[in-house]
Amino acid sequence: MDTVDGEVNRAALTARVKMERLRRDSPPFLLDISIEVPPGITILFGPSGAGKSTVLDCIAGLARPDAGRIAAGQEVLFDSLASVNCPPQSRRIAYVFQTLALFPHMSAEENVAYGLDGLPHGERSARVEEILEAFGVGKLRARKPPEISGGERQRIALARSLVTRPRVLLLDEPLTGLDAELKAAIVDDLRAWNAARRIPILYVTHTREEVDALGERVIAMDHGRVVSEGTPMEVLEAPRRNRLAQAAGFENLLSATVVDLREADGVMRVRLNGSLSELEAPLGYAAAGDRVRVAIRAGDILLATMRPEGLSARNIIEGRIVAMETRGILVRARVDCGVQFIVHLTPGAARSLGLAERSRVWLVLKTHSCHLVEE
Amino acid sequence: MNMDALLLSLRLALCVSALLLAGGLPLAYWLAFSKWRGKFLLETVVAMPLVLPPTVLGFYMLVAMGPHGPLGKLWQVFFGHGLAFTFEGLILASALYSLPFAVQPLIASFESVDRTLLDASAVLGAGRLRTFRRVILPLSIPGVVTALVLSFAHTMGEFGVALMVGGNLPGVTRTVSIDIYDHVQSLEYAEANRMALVLLAISFAVLSAVYAINRQVGRLLGRRLWTPWTAK
Repeated sequence: MDTVDGEVNRAALTARVKMERLRRDSPPFLLDISIEVPPGITILFGPSGAGKSTVLDCIAGLARPDAGRIAAGQEVLFDSLASVNCPPQSRRIAYVFQTLALFPHMSAEENVAYGLDGLPHGERSARVEEILEAFGVGKLRARKPPEISGGERQRIALARSLVTRPRVLLLDEPLTGLDAELKAAIVDDLRAWNAARRIPILYVTHTREEVDALGERVIAMDHGRVVSEGTPMEVLEAPRRNRLAQAAGFENLLSATVVDLREADGVMRVRLNGSLSELEAPLGYAAAGDRVRVAIRAGDILLATMRPEGLSARNIIEGRIVAMETRGILVRARVDCGVQFIVHLTPGAARSLGLAERSRVWLVLKTHSCHLVEE
Repeated sequence: MNMDALLLSLRLALCVSALLLAGGLPLAYWLAFSKWRGKFLLETVVAMPLVLPPTVLGFYMLVAMGPHGPLGKLWQVFFGHGLAFTFEGLILASALYSLPFAVQPLIASFESVDRTLLDASAVLGAGRLRTFRRVILPLSIPGVVTALVLSFAHTMGEFGVALMVGGNLPGVTRTVSIDIYDHVQSLEYAEANRMALVLLAISFAVLSAVYAINRQVGRLLGRRLWTPWTAK
């Protein structure tokens, strides 16, 4: 990434936000984060309720932090110490809401032109025209939002936000509910648009697939705090918190005790609590006797109907299928090995192995599929 | 039939509706969006005419408009004549009496506008006035229509306030309802009946228009508008 470039860094969005929200029936929610968003797409990832949308609201000026400082490049938008609080309408920060918030009584064209109020008529229609074409929705200009299909509505919402030439773009799960192909097409258009302009884009999501698809840079949040930052690989493959692990698609979260560390091999052995099974996992910050949690994706586990031999995988555990269910193109098996594992396989694989409830199976796990998670 | 009284009532109702729209829009905006804690006090004041007997309201309006009342004195200073028993005085008192019928539907429709649309408008650079003009008001047209129609209809049929504040001056403050009352007092039942029928027909027409609009809009927006009959 080109964040070291001084020119580019001057356009970065920086936000330090502290905020306390009182809630009924639960302890107050504390938001305390400090993030830097360089030009390009940065993903703000975390489970629902982590405080992601509140961060966006603070940056856009729709919510007021108790303390902190928010700046777009050199310009300070909010600073609790200097009593600066720029109202949302003068921040020049575009925001695409989860519900898109297209004005239902205006045509697509009027929606897009809404933010260009001060411009002379000619320039305004030229810019509206240009951006509608860039996002491939030129032919829908006269239609109103209720008459426009999903996917195209998202494009119009993006066009409406970007036509004002904002210095930052905030996106709050704008592509939820679209199929993968449509999502990818829209993201491509967004990337193409931003290639020339290079503004910071902060994209909020709670789904792992979007992180993989968009991924330049990820900031993971939970309970109002930043828990990790980096590339999607770095952040998602080493989830450090339980809730994050679940959000990142780790169906198996098992309590275990460290048996010994084999530092020369870069591994350690852990015993799963409640069973005699042992697993080899990558070496982590732990000592023998420590209690840890191991996160394993259901799709990373292999199933065999005989004890396999001659494999590089170090972990082979015997068990019995206790439940199987088919969900679309996915078969979800629950395997009892003293502790229960969830395993995903394809219907074809399940058929050819003749798997059924009560079948005896062996689970095969690669060492690097076993992720240690902070308690 | 007394055409003077009918025309006067129509003129009064039109003036009151216009005045209530002009004053009701900012008042309803403030009541819908202000976060002030004491807001309920003003809400109470606005709703008072719903429960007060018109004679009570009329009595205090009369006192306030009289030669020694604050409104009366103020009017004297600006226009050189008193306010009590004039058409202007009648407009003012009727407007106050119909205030909840204009303001409450407006509040209800302003509040039902999706707040995210207001946020979207703000981040697109629009100030409050522009957001109101371009987003809130167009999405509240049914509420505005309801407010206008209800204040018109309510003023047409108003009796107590008109009697207290307006007195009974033909062509100035003698409205249809007072005219009917007079006829009944003089045992002119045929004449009273004719006027009463006209008022009945107008009320029916106006209310059926409200219900028809309500139905149409309800189908469009998937919800009902505020009316006194759907109020919680």
